[in-house]
Amino acid sequence: MMADGQEYYVGIDIGSTASKTVIMQGEKVIDAFTLPTGWNGREISELIYSKLQEKGYQKAMRCIATGYGRVCVDYADKVVTEITCHGRGAWALFGKNCTVIDIGGQDTKMINIENGQVRDFLMNDKCAAGTGKFIEVMATRLGAGLEEMYELARNGQPLAISSMCTVFAESEVISHIGAGKKREDIAAGVIESVANRVAGMANRFGAGDTIVLTGGLSVSPYFIEILSKKLGKDVDCHPFARYAGALGAAMSAGRLKRVECIDIE
Amino acid sequence: MVQLPKNFETYAEARKTGFLNMKKLKDEGRRVVGMFCSFVPTELVEAADATTVTLCATSEEPIPAAETKLPRNLCPLIKASYGFALTDTCPYFYFSDFIVGETTCDGKKKMFEMMNEIKETYVMQLPSYRNDMALKAWEHEIEAFWKKLEDFYHITITEEDVKKAIRLKNRERDVMLRFLELGKLNPAPISGYELGTRLDSLGFNPDIEARCRIIEERTAEVLKDWEENYKGKPSRRPRILVTGCPNSGVREKTIKVIEELGADVVAFDCCNGTREKVEKVDENLPVVEALAKKYLNINCSIMSPNTNRMDYIREMIDDYAVDGVLELILTACHTYSIESHYVKKVADEKGIPYLKIETDYSTADSGQINTRLEAFVETMEQ
Repeated sequence: MMADGQEYYVGIDIGSTASKTVIMQGEKVIDAFTLPTGWNGREISELIYSKLQEKGYQKAMRCIATGYGRVCVDYADKVVTEITCHGRGAWALFGKNCTVIDIGGQDTKMINIENGQVRDFLMNDKCAAGTGKFIEVMATRLGAGLEEMYELARNGQPLAISSMCTVFAESEVISHIGAGKKREDIAAGVIESVANRVAGMANRFGAGDTIVLTGGLSVSPYFIEILSKKLGKDVDCHPFARYAGALGAAMSAGRLKRVECIDIE
Repeated sequence: MVQLPKNFETYAEARKTGFLNMKKLKDEGRRVVGMFCSFVPTELVEAADATTVTLCATSEEPIPAAETKLPRNLCPLIKASYGFALTDTCPYFYFSDFIVGETTCDGKKKMFEMMNEIKETYVMQLPSYRNDMALKAWEHEIEAFWKKLEDFYHITITEEDVKKAIRLKNRERDVMLRFLELGKLNPAPISGYELGTRLDSLGFNPDIEARCRIIEERTAEVLKDWEENYKGKPSRRPRILVTGCPNSGVREKTIKVIEELGADVVAFDCCNGTREKVEKVDENLPVVEALAKKYLNINCSIMSPNTNRMDYIREMIDDYAVDGVLELILTACHTYSIESHYVKKVADEKGIPYLKIETDYSTADSGQINTRLEAFVETMEQ
């Protein structure tokens, strides 16, 4: 136990691309950090542990792991799925009944939350279309980083990328490049294609009128703008939204229903 | 002379045993009719003093062979059925005198045409609606199947033979139903995994009475254990209704997993569950009419419309005190996949969570399925 007699509640979300960690003390978020997942879930979970050690959190912590690599965190007290965690985290951040759209590196999830509880969810899988991975693959093809990809897209006129399959869509992008099309226009086409897929999934799922975005793509105001347009509804976001899964895990660790404040630089 | 398949020596032990048991039966001169689906009126086969065997259809193993002739984007049950036939690896198919199929879905009915090239496959034309016209048509089909059996075996099947078979099969339905209804108890006295595997693994037992006795014994045993040790101590584990396609081929990666995650599968609305067992054949009607009525009333999604199934699911949710509905759809099964829209509505109306999983016999998607099932259980535990 710490001097002030309080435990640290640690939530670790091992995503396919990025690993997020949130540390809470009582109902306060006191620290958070992101590391690239790399290719080895065990390595990243050890790296996270050494970071926790550096800051002395590991001495009195209760830790819950989530995300697709959750089982790699062997020091976690418990694992909880990313669906429950995103639901809980989003409820704390937005404080209202809503549909959470979480666009991750590997899959896209839709979660309906009522009074802080998951009512229903839908997950795409076996296909990278409509996920962050799709943008990542295409960005690499265009020789752009993710940030640059959004910047390019903002200044372009979307070209049609009609294929549902990432591998075929990549060929489409290559043929656009080969035809000398503008990078900006190709980038805009890529972002629009993802937004179309996500909007289609949301409509099928029966998303409510209040929609919030979490996960990696929530850091891009441009993407939020395009997605809102496709859905015909405002998409809400929060600066801490990419941490929603890890936050939900930390809350679960402390059996917390709410977050008082996020107190980090 | 009854022969074993030419690759027999290469088969694994369990399969060899299956073949040898069947060969013994054939050597004794038993008549054997192979079938796939619960729409086939097995009473007639029984009345012909023949044994019905359910053909292999639930393994990934013969699918690559099937895909040399059938499209890949097809239900795994159809592909496996055909693959087993093609590769001589299902003892029941191999030793069947002929196969009886039914036009339950488009994929099956076209596959049966190809199966007929391997072994005689007689197809019953099942109407996909329920009214007087459909009933008349189905009565004709039942009469035709009756005649088919008589012609094939050069025998006469009397009305008395059929009545006797109806009584026997009704008794079997009762026994199986009582076993499956153990799921109504709280705490659940037996796992859903066992309920399913045990009914499947009654395996090849040509004697219906013997099959009934095995299940009756197990039912009594489970009930006794429950009354002595569990009665009055209700469990908080979420109680699941499994619905949708036949699930034997995906049981390991769905039903077994969700039970390990802390839920109990207590009810089965599917053709290997209570669906075919709840309604008996009316023993007071003329036999053909009685059989036609019973079988046309099976709540399979190939019926249009199929509102009876929704009524039955509603009833089951109440009777089994269900906390969540898990619908298992075999890849490319259009009728169940579309009908899931209405099943979800029923779950919504009852205020309980619903999860649909579309999958095949491969293990490629086990990771994603685990996450969904885990989240589904968490949703019910909140």
